[in-house]
Amino acid sequence: MKINKAFHQYAGMLTLIGGALAAGNVHAQSEATECIAPAKPGGGYDLTCRLAANGLEETGMIDQPMAVSYMPGGIGAVAYNHVNGVRNDDPNLIVAASTGAAVNLALEKFGEYEADAVRWLGALGVDYGAIVVKDDAPWENLDELMEDLSDSPDDIAFGAGGTVGSQDWMKAALTAKSADIDPKSLNYVAFEGGGEALAALLGDHIQVFTGDLSELKSQLESGKIRVLASLSEERMEGPYADIPTAEEQGYDVQWPIWRGYYMGPNVDDEAYEAWAERLSELSKSDEFSQLREDRGLFPMSRFGDDFNDYVLEQVETFESLADEVGLKQ
Amino acid sequence: MFDFLIHGFGVALTPLNLGLAFLGALLGTMFGALPGIGPINGIAILMPLAYTLGLPAESALILLAAIYTGAEYGGRMSSILLNVPGDAGAVMTTLDGHPLAKKGLAGPALGLSAVSSFVGATIAILGLTLFAPLLAEVAVMFGPAEFFALMIFAFASMSVMMGKDPIKTAIGAVLGILIGTVGVDSSTGVMRYTFGMPELYDGIDFVVMIIGLFAISEILLMLEHANRQDDEDDIPPLGRVFISLKEVLACKGAMVRSGLIGFIIGILPGTGASVGGAVSYTTEKRISDKDGTFGTGDMRGLAAPEAANNASAAGSFVPMLTLGIPGSGTTAVLLGALMLYNITPGPMMFSERPEVAGGLIASLYIGNVVLLALNLPLAGVFARILTIPRWVLVPGIAILSFVGVYQLHSDLTAIFLMLIIGVFGYLLRKLGFSLAPVILGYVLGGLMEQNLRRALSASGGDIDILWRSGISIGLWIAAAALLVLPWLLPKLITKLQPSNRPMAQVEDD
Repeated sequence: MKINKAFHQYAGMLTLIGGALAAGNVHAQSEATECIAPAKPGGGYDLTCRLAANGLEETGMIDQPMAVSYMPGGIGAVAYNHVNGVRNDDPNLIVAASTGAAVNLALEKFGEYEADAVRWLGALGVDYGAIVVKDDAPWENLDELMEDLSDSPDDIAFGAGGTVGSQDWMKAALTAKSADIDPKSLNYVAFEGGGEALAALLGDHIQVFTGDLSELKSQLESGKIRVLASLSEERMEGPYADIPTAEEQGYDVQWPIWRGYYMGPNVDDEAYEAWAERLSELSKSDEFSQLREDRGLFPMSRFGDDFNDYVLEQVETFESLADEVGLKQ
Repeated sequence: MFDFLIHGFGVALTPLNLGLAFLGALLGTMFGALPGIGPINGIAILMPLAYTLGLPAESALILLAAIYTGAEYGGRMSSILLNVPGDAGAVMTTLDGHPLAKKGLAGPALGLSAVSSFVGATIAILGLTLFAPLLAEVAVMFGPAEFFALMIFAFASMSVMMGKDPIKTAIGAVLGILIGTVGVDSSTGVMRYTFGMPELYDGIDFVVMIIGLFAISEILLMLEHANRQDDEDDIPPLGRVFISLKEVLACKGAMVRSGLIGFIIGILPGTGASVGGAVSYTTEKRISDKDGTFGTGDMRGLAAPEAANNASAAGSFVPMLTLGIPGSGTTAVLLGALMLYNITPGPMMFSERPEVAGGLIASLYIGNVVLLALNLPLAGVFARILTIPRWVLVPGIAILSFVGVYQLHSDLTAIFLMLIIGVFGYLLRKLGFSLAPVILGYVLGGLMEQNLRRALSASGGDIDILWRSGISIGLWIAAAALLVLPWLLPKLITKLQPSNRPMAQVEDD
């Protein structure tokens, strides 16, 4: 109890000092910024927020550390509603988002608000989907897998870290579709997170794992898995250089998973453009490219209106896709 | 072969790292003791701090791991003293821990739980050091079908808890299962019982559930009793403070068995301290509870879940360090912390970054000793919390509960939900229900359904998959034995040897 009391006094003092500093700083341009991770601590959205927070702080583009707060619920829907309903004009607030959020918007899982309800700000990095099998699997390339899949879909179980309809499932569905296999005939197993799905692959409980390139690095080095295809526009560098794209093998599937941010609908243009400018500058700096690489992400540079259009277009594509594969009721 | 460990002790015993292990142990104990703030939040709060301070990777990991193990120690405090589990792993600790405190044995109970935590964790860390790579291979053999069989086994072992009132235990478990179905269906994405509220999409959060069910209902009970003059469960006189060696030795069997059970369950990805605590408690009750004292303040009933939850915390490092697959929610956060340092845990870590892998394991040994040293003498101090008058204690618990839930969700809906569950828990208790089956139904039911669905989607609907592997067959047989033997065995034995007392008296006394 004593410790607690001392702590409170100390904290009180800190607040006082902080308050005094803030009062003295009214004229400084940078105010206290915040990033909402619409999930529990530790997940992908947390890392997305930290990418911006650490990057901006290390490059000195903000004076005070950016606060990261958590708002789990509804795979991001709670935060989306919150930003639309409550903090809709906060110029210092950004919210983490990803391709997964765009998929959920397309499936109308975010309630009353649609994709164009917020201002999409920009993406600081991108990851790509991958089709993964175990090292002793009988398939050496995508052709062989797809051939067996169309012969006997019941013998090959796909698995990943999201439900049917999630972005993880989309990777499996699109790959099947590109080989003219009905996505609905797939045996798809939904796990909680890529880690569990990877464990199931290593234990032969599923045969194909549709994961993300960045989460495969250590498994690739150990040689326990084989990546049949990366769902990227072109081959990646470094440890991924030997992995052919699906495109190269004649399958028209790409699945970039961008990691970016949005802002409230009533944020004024000045603040929005200042943020877009800030992120764009950040993504160009050398310090940041190291940070991004450490997180296993690849560069992506779309900011401001350019990114806004990109997301809206993507959501539209997903909507028609969802219709095609029979996801929408 | 143990080069990495020798190297690791070299790393862990530097003044900075030793200090961090101490700090982490202390902070972790505090995080664990506060309802609502568990190891996951503790680590998430300190992770950015460690990174910003520029600590090297192994030091940061030592700090975070010490917080994790410390939280498993701390979780028992409010379980024993207030009947409110401090975190998920400590739910079973309330069953015998709180009755002990009511008898005036709060000090010895806290001391014993520190010793059991130490024994459990030591078993698990030894297992981690000696067999990690081998165990990782076994862990991945557990697929959806095997997990389903494991959950059936866990439910079957719950049957011992039925004791006095089997119907109420069964109803409680079913209520828990029902609450667990709220939210997005994990395999098809269909919404269940969400009433269009996005706050319910992810289901009812574990923390909201235990704080509502235990803390809020406890507060309501305390309020109800506040005006009574003839308070039958008045604050007990604080008896002796320290645990005697004799009492510790009486629990040695319970500790070792539960440590092993907790370790094995901790290794499996996706099951954590809560399942480990439940299975070990029910197993121990079956083995040792000959006089029906479990649930009324039996020391062994306290030692079992405490040894198990610490063992499973250490066990969950096995898949993380060897396969790069988190064995629990908390190790998933630790994995994220490692990625901040550009270290991808996995098979290559022991050879590429031995200072990190070895340093971490060595720090688990050190942290464990630190925690025992810290917790034994403090037992007497913490036991005094019980002497705080109600009018201070009740608002205090209430504030901690509200803050704990709010900081987790930044959203008022979670608070309302917690209150509703609290009133529900209060009514259940007034009706004579025990809360443990509710929480176990909630945890195990969700896992059981998910894994059944996964198994069936993998096989394309073919139900054979559920008993295709040796592991699942073994678990099915064990589950059946648990249900049938207690009923069958005494009859058989009395038939064969009418003169002897029934049931073989197994090892422990």
